[in-house]
Amino acid sequence: MSVAALQEEILHLEKRRRLYTGVMILVTAAVIIAGYGQANSMNSGGFISGLSKFFDYPGEIVIEAWQSGGEFFLLLVKFLPALIETLNIALVATILGGAAAMMMAFLSTRGLDVWPWAIPIVRRSMDFMRAFPELIIALFLIFVLGTSPVPAMIAVAFHTAGALGKLFSEVNENIDRKPIEGLKACGANWLQRLRYAVVPQVAPNYMSYFLLRLEINVRASAILGFVGAGGIGSELRRTIGWGKGAGDETAALFVLLFLSIVVIDQLSSYLRRQLVGSEARH
Amino acid sequence: MANAATTLDLGAQRSATIFAKVRRKAWGGFAVLAVVFLYLAYTWNAFDVSGLLAKAEPDRALILGTDSVAHKVHVVKSLRSGELEIAIEGERTSRYDTPPPWVALPDDERVLVDLGEDHTAEIIGNRVLFTVPGYGTIEAEATADGVETRLPGPQPEWARVNPRKLDARPTLGKRVQISRSKIEVHRYFFGWENFFFPFNSPLSQMSFGELTDLAFSSERLDPDTSNAGYIFDTFWSNPDWQHGAVFVALLETILMAVLGTFTAAFVGLPLAFLAASNFTPSQVLRFFVRRVFDFLRGIDMLIWSLIFIRAFGLGPLTGALAIAFTDTGTLGKLFSEALENIDNKQVEGVRSTGANRLQRYRFGVIPQILPIFVSQGLYYLESNTRSATVIGALGAGGIGLLLVETMRTARDWENTLYIIVLVVILVMIMDSASSWLRRKLIAGREDRRTRAAEASAP
Repeated sequence: MSVAALQEEILHLEKRRRLYTGVMILVTAAVIIAGYGQANSMNSGGFISGLSKFFDYPGEIVIEAWQSGGEFFLLLVKFLPALIETLNIALVATILGGAAAMMMAFLSTRGLDVWPWAIPIVRRSMDFMRAFPELIIALFLIFVLGTSPVPAMIAVAFHTAGALGKLFSEVNENIDRKPIEGLKACGANWLQRLRYAVVPQVAPNYMSYFLLRLEINVRASAILGFVGAGGIGSELRRTIGWGKGAGDETAALFVLLFLSIVVIDQLSSYLRRQLVGSEARH
Repeated sequence: MANAATTLDLGAQRSATIFAKVRRKAWGGFAVLAVVFLYLAYTWNAFDVSGLLAKAEPDRALILGTDSVAHKVHVVKSLRSGELEIAIEGERTSRYDTPPPWVALPDDERVLVDLGEDHTAEIIGNRVLFTVPGYGTIEAEATADGVETRLPGPQPEWARVNPRKLDARPTLGKRVQISRSKIEVHRYFFGWENFFFPFNSPLSQMSFGELTDLAFSSERLDPDTSNAGYIFDTFWSNPDWQHGAVFVALLETILMAVLGTFTAAFVGLPLAFLAASNFTPSQVLRFFVRRVFDFLRGIDMLIWSLIFIRAFGLGPLTGALAIAFTDTGTLGKLFSEALENIDNKQVEGVRSTGANRLQRYRFGVIPQILPIFVSQGLYYLESNTRSATVIGALGAGGIGLLLVETMRTARDWENTLYIIVLVVILVMIMDSASSWLRRKLIAGREDRRTRAAEASAP
């Protein structure tokens, strides 16, 4: 093939690629526009009328919070136990889910082959656990156990086990095998090899994923509280249900939730940077 | 010689310090474990798990489980009017005109109910005889001021007897109740009743073959529509299952997730350029945009949803905007970090051909971050499907709200299970569609950065 023909061919391919890209962008834009039209018509309050009311509610609670003056800080203290409950839900769920994830990752790592036949089973069940909606588990357990933080904790832990398990098993598969062989050559037994060759390699990555999950789980626990699992979410539901007059309490809860999420967010990204250096920058 | 000895000494010293360090680390590991266990013990108390376990009602879960896969037929005799009613779940709309084969009416006074597995209940006037194999026959009679019960032996665990009521349920699927005003016998059957067509519709007793024949026959059941259309309408508007309403709710949830994610991705990308240090020299602007991202993320989906529900009411628009606001922050932050990590050589190469700024972005930058953009977007699309059900449950509508409502009314758990199954199927489909698309679009280009995307998606 001559150079000219080759160039022709490349230009032709490039043109077709651009056509595809253009079509894809157009389709996406059309989906978004049509979707918003559809969503707007299905909504009980329209976009235009809602837009003018958008700042009404935040404005209302800010004014009520302002009027309560110094008592606002007392409210922050008053709701601190609820916040701690939410943080406890998230932390326990992350610890228990993380522990289950380590077990499952251990069983599903290729090349380690604890029980080779179990690998596909564990992998599928991790996919299932990750994809299964937390809301359903939480609602079901709330029905059986009553209003309590435990249903939310179990629901979040279930999801966490699946999500972290997948990431952990990928970490396991990417380790350097040389330290294991080195220790084997020294006569180290299986447990010693695991402790001194595998754990130091995977621990920083595990910890980094753990912190990231903790951050996600704080949000999830707060939101599950709203459907009846206790903590800051159920306090929010109570104050919002009261309507006018409880705006200062709602504002206090919003502030607490916002501050704790920002603090945990910053803390976790700082710690992750320390743990895995620049690699932790997601 | 002396030299060698010093080396040996030094070696011994070094190994000693190394051993000490290793030991310290080992103890540190144990200490961390101990702290974790202490913390778990504290939360065990704080959550009052022991109290909860004592109060938990496993029976409730069992009843719920039975009820969600089975339906019951009520045989009710009113003692005031003397009327007998046989209906599925006691619903007025699904009343049997002729009794089913397991209910016999030998004469006006007597009703014989076969409850299966040799259990029988016989209603004679205002008396009921309940025969349970291995126990005997319980006899109960409604009198003017209560219920008189005669048990054949000691009172079993499965029966509750008091002067006003008898409630006997030897197995989950068989139950006899009598009070002063009525005698009620329940028999459970496996399966979802009237799933396709309502009980009183002419279609409900037809087999699949008959239905297909009907759909293609020219004789119309309803002169206004074709038979196929009639069958579909009957199915779609089935009052017990409300397939039409459930479908609309599912659509709302999908709309929330898709619109929210798309909007977040396409608003977040240009903002990310403003937050990346290698594209925006102005530190003030960068700082400002980054704080906007932090603010949007920090407010969190919960608060955004509550604010939007107030402003826009119930519906997919509310959910879509709540998702879009939160994720513009998250995706914007992730994209800006991806932009800061791009390889500058490619941009330089494009610049050397005389490309202007826009062309440099188009051919030097976009191809590098496109895999990250696509994989992040798809991961978030999948997880936002789950978020959309939760936001719905907070009051934004869609399948989440429907689920909470059917659970709260707790009338019929079959409907709840039906919705749960649909939600799980929806999430699984979104999950596989997203990973399929990811494989197709960024085949072979998956690297550390795109994998990192997965870790951050909730």
